Amino acid sequence: MNVKALLLIGAALVAVSGAVHAQKRGGELKFGVSAEPPNYDCHANSSFAFIHPVRPHYSTLLEFDPKSYPKVRGDLAQSWAVSKDGLTYTFKLRQNVKFHDGSAFSSADVKASYDRIRNPAQGVVSLRKAAYSDIESIDTPDANTVVFKLKAPNAALLSLLASPWDCIYSAAKLKQDPKFPEKNILGTGPFSFVEHAAGSHWVGKRFDGYYEKGKPYLDGYRAIFIRNTAARVNALQAGEILAEFRGHSPADRDKLVNALGKKIEVHESPWVCSLVVTFNTEKKPFDDPRVRRALSLSVDRWGGAKALSRIALVRHVGGVLRPGYDLAASSSELAKYPGYGKDVKAARAEAQKLLKEAGVANLKFKLTNRNVPMPYTPVGVFLIDQWRQIGLNVEHEQLDTKLYQAALRGGNYEAGLDFNCDFMDEPNLQLLKYISADKSTINYGRYQDRTLDDLYEKQIRATSTGERKKLLRAFEQRVFDQAYTFPTIWWHRIIVHWDQMKGWHMSPSHYLNQDLADVWLDQ
Amino acid sequence: MLRYIVHRLLLMIPTLAGVAVLVFILLRMMPGDIVELKLLAEGGGVDQATIAMERARLGLDKSLLGQFWDWMKGLATGDLGISMWTGRPVSEEIASRLELSLQVALMATVLATVIAIPLGTISAIFKDTWIDQTIRVFAIAGLAVPSFWLGMIIILTLLLSFNWIPPLTYVPIYEDPWHNLSQLIWPALAVGYRYSAVATRMTRSTILEVMQEDYIRTARAKGLRERIVVARHAMRNAMLPVITVIGLEFAFLIGGLVVTEQVFNLNGLGKLFVETVTRGDFTMVQALVMLIAAFFIFVNFVVDLLYAAFDPRVRYR
Repeated sequence: MNVKALLLIGAALVAVSGAVHAQKRGGELKFGVSAEPPNYDCHANSSFAFIHPVRPHYSTLLEFDPKSYPKVRGDLAQSWAVSKDGLTYTFKLRQNVKFHDGSAFSSADVKASYDRIRNPAQGVVSLRKAAYSDIESIDTPDANTVVFKLKAPNAALLSLLASPWDCIYSAAKLKQDPKFPEKNILGTGPFSFVEHAAGSHWVGKRFDGYYEKGKPYLDGYRAIFIRNTAARVNALQAGEILAEFRGHSPADRDKLVNALGKKIEVHESPWVCSLVVTFNTEKKPFDDPRVRRALSLSVDRWGGAKALSRIALVRHVGGVLRPGYDLAASSSELAKYPGYGKDVKAARAEAQKLLKEAGVANLKFKLTNRNVPMPYTPVGVFLIDQWRQIGLNVEHEQLDTKLYQAALRGGNYEAGLDFNCDFMDEPNLQLLKYISADKSTINYGRYQDRTLDDLYEKQIRATSTGERKKLLRAFEQRVFDQAYTFPTIWWHRIIVHWDQMKGWHMSPSHYLNQDLADVWLDQ
Repeated sequence: MLRYIVHRLLLMIPTLAGVAVLVFILLRMMPGDIVELKLLAEGGGVDQATIAMERARLGLDKSLLGQFWDWMKGLATGDLGISMWTGRPVSEEIASRLELSLQVALMATVLATVIAIPLGTISAIFKDTWIDQTIRVFAIAGLAVPSFWLGMIIILTLLLSFNWIPPLTYVPIYEDPWHNLSQLIWPALAVGYRYSAVATRMTRSTILEVMQEDYIRTARAKGLRERIVVARHAMRNAMLPVITVIGLEFAFLIGGLVVTEQVFNLNGLGKLFVETVTRGDFTMVQALVMLIAAFFIFVNFVVDLLYAAFDPRVRYR
C-alpha cells in the first residue's frame, strides 16, 4: 500500500473516531452481499449472507454493544439477574414491543423461540441446539419475565444469548406452524420485510412501531446480491452500493482508497476467523504426532503474517483463540508453543529431526483446500512453500466448497486447510474445532483425545477467569503437542464504506452489528 | 409440411427423454451433498440426525429409481419440483430470470444480425480490398476477444471515464425502459460483438461460395445489375448457413452467458446455472438442462422451417 493510501486511511480513522454528527432521518442504504440466504430461518442458517439482509428484521434477547464489543447489552431484555450459583438467569423484558404485524411481544415469544432452538419440532433444522444443552427449562412467570434454569453453570451463557442467530419469533405463529420462519419474515426488529427478488436483491423498510422511538433512521435498506468480487468493488467505487460488510482484501482497499480518497471510510480489526491445518489422522504418516508436530513447527507464522497481510485478509499470529481477546494467549505465552518461536531455522531443524525419527523421508502429500481465492489460496500456497523448505513435496488441491466439504467430512484427504469462524470470541465455540471428532461435528481430523475433551468441559464449568485461563493454556499446549489440527494465521477484517453512511460500528465479527438500527445517511 | 412439423414435434419427446436420463445419472455421479453444503458450509455444527432429516425432506433418501420416477411424474404434469436450496418452486426461480436472459439474447441477436449481414456481404463483394481486410480484422478480433473480457473492459471504461457503472438490479423494459436499456445494452454489446464476428465470417464465406455458382453467372449474363444479383440471387441462398449459426448462437445465449452475467451482475439463467451446479441443487439443474435442451431443439426446428422459406427447393414431407 502506498504512502498516500496510508495517509488517507489514517485521516478516515481519525474522522471516524473524532466526529460527532446529529443523526439524519431518511434515505435508503444500498449495500452489497456476495451470496444469498437459502431460506429465511435464523435458527437454520450460519452464513453472513443470511445475517446481512435478514438481521435488520429481527430482535434478539441480548446483543453485543456495537460501541464496546464484547460487552453484552439488552435488546428485548431490559435487565437481567444471575443467581449466585450461576444456575438461574432472570430477564425482565421491554414492554410495548410489537411484531411487524402489530401483535404484541411477550415472554412467551422468547420461550417459544429458545425452545425451538433447543428442541426443534420434527422437520425443523436448528444449528445451535448443542450450544444450549445446559438449559434445563425456560419459565415465563409473567408476560414481561423469562427465567432460564441451567443444569450446570455455563460461563458463556450471556454471550450465547447475544447471538445474532437467535431471532425471536412469534409464539403464536410457531404454534400454528413450527416451520413458519423458513418462508416468512416476522420479527420485532427495526425494519419490516418488503421483498426478496431471488438472485437479485432484498428490501426492508423502516418499522414505525420499533421499540426504540426515533429509530431506525433509514427509510429502508436494499441488499444487492453481487457474487463477483470485482463487480462488488466496482459497484462500491461507482457509488451504486455504499458498503459491503464482510470484508475486503488489502488490494481492494487500496484501490478504493486511491480512487475515492476522503469520500470513504476504512475500518480495520482483527477477525474471529482463522485458517487451521487439519490432518486425517487415520492416514499414515499423519497418525504419528511427530510428523504432525514437525509440520506445525516448520511454519514461520510471524514471517507469514507479515508477508501475507500485504496481499490477503490475514494478519495476526495467535493460538486457538483470537489474538487480543481477553482469554487468548499473550505474546510471551505464545512464544513457548512449538512453531511460535522467532528462530525459524532452529524450529525447522527440529522439524526435520522429528521427521527422521518418525522414519518419514521425502514425504509427499496433498493439501486439500477450498477454491475460494481470499484468503484460502494465498495461505495454502504459503504453507506449501513452508513445507517445501524442510524438503517436503506438497500438492495443492483446490476444490469447490461442496467437493471440499465432501472430502473433509468423508475423510478423503491427507491434510486439509479448514476454517474456524464464529460470531464472537468464546472458547466454547472456537475450541470445538479441536476436541474429539465424536464430540464435535466440525472436527474433521477423525481422532479422539479425551485429554482435550476433559479440558474443554472443565473450562466451560470454570467459575473464575483465572481458572479458565489456566485450563485454556493447558488445552492449547495439548493442541500444539499433538498437532492434530493447528492454527495458522488469524484473519484481519477490512471494511470500506462511503463516508455518507454513519452510525455503523466495526466489530471483530462480520455477523455482528448488522441490525442497522443506528445507521443513518448524511445526505 | 404439416406432417413434417408434427413428425418433428413428436421426435422432440424421445430426445428430451434421453436428455432427462443423461442429466439425472450425471448429476448423481457428482460428489458432494447439498444438505451438508447448506448446513455446514460456513462452519455450522449439526449432528448426523439433522442432516439425515433434511436429506429425507428433500427426497434424497429415496432410491435412485424412486427419485427418477418422482421427477418424471412431475415433468409429465408440468411440475418441475422444488429447489433443494431455496425451497421455492423451480418454475418460479426460472421465470424470474428467463425474461432478462431472453432480452439480452434478443438484443445481442439483433445487434449481431444488423452488423454481420451487411459487413459480411460487403466483405465478400470487395474481396481482398482494404475494405475486406478491415472487416476481416474486425471479425477476427471479435472471435479472439472473450465476451466476458470485453464486458470487463466496458465496465472499467465506464467506471474510469464517467465514474458510472450499469445499474445492478433488473427492471423490466415495460416498467422503466431507460433503466432497463442502460443495464442491458452493455452486456448485449459485449456478447453481440463476438456473435456478429461469427456471423460476419459465415456470411462472407457463404456469399463468396454462392457467387461462384452457375446461376449467378446466368443472372449476370442476363444483364442484371450487380446489386440485384447479390441481393436477390446470392444473399437469399447464402443465408441458410447464416441462419443456422444465428439460431444456434441465440439458443446458446439463453443459458450460456455464465461469466458475462457475473461481470455485469445480471440475474440471468447462466448465473443461476452455475450457482445451482456448484450447490448440487439437483431439481434446479435438471429443470435448467431440460429447458435449455428444449430451447435448442425448438430453435433448430424453427431454423429448419426457415430453410424452406428461404430456399424454394427445400420442401419437407
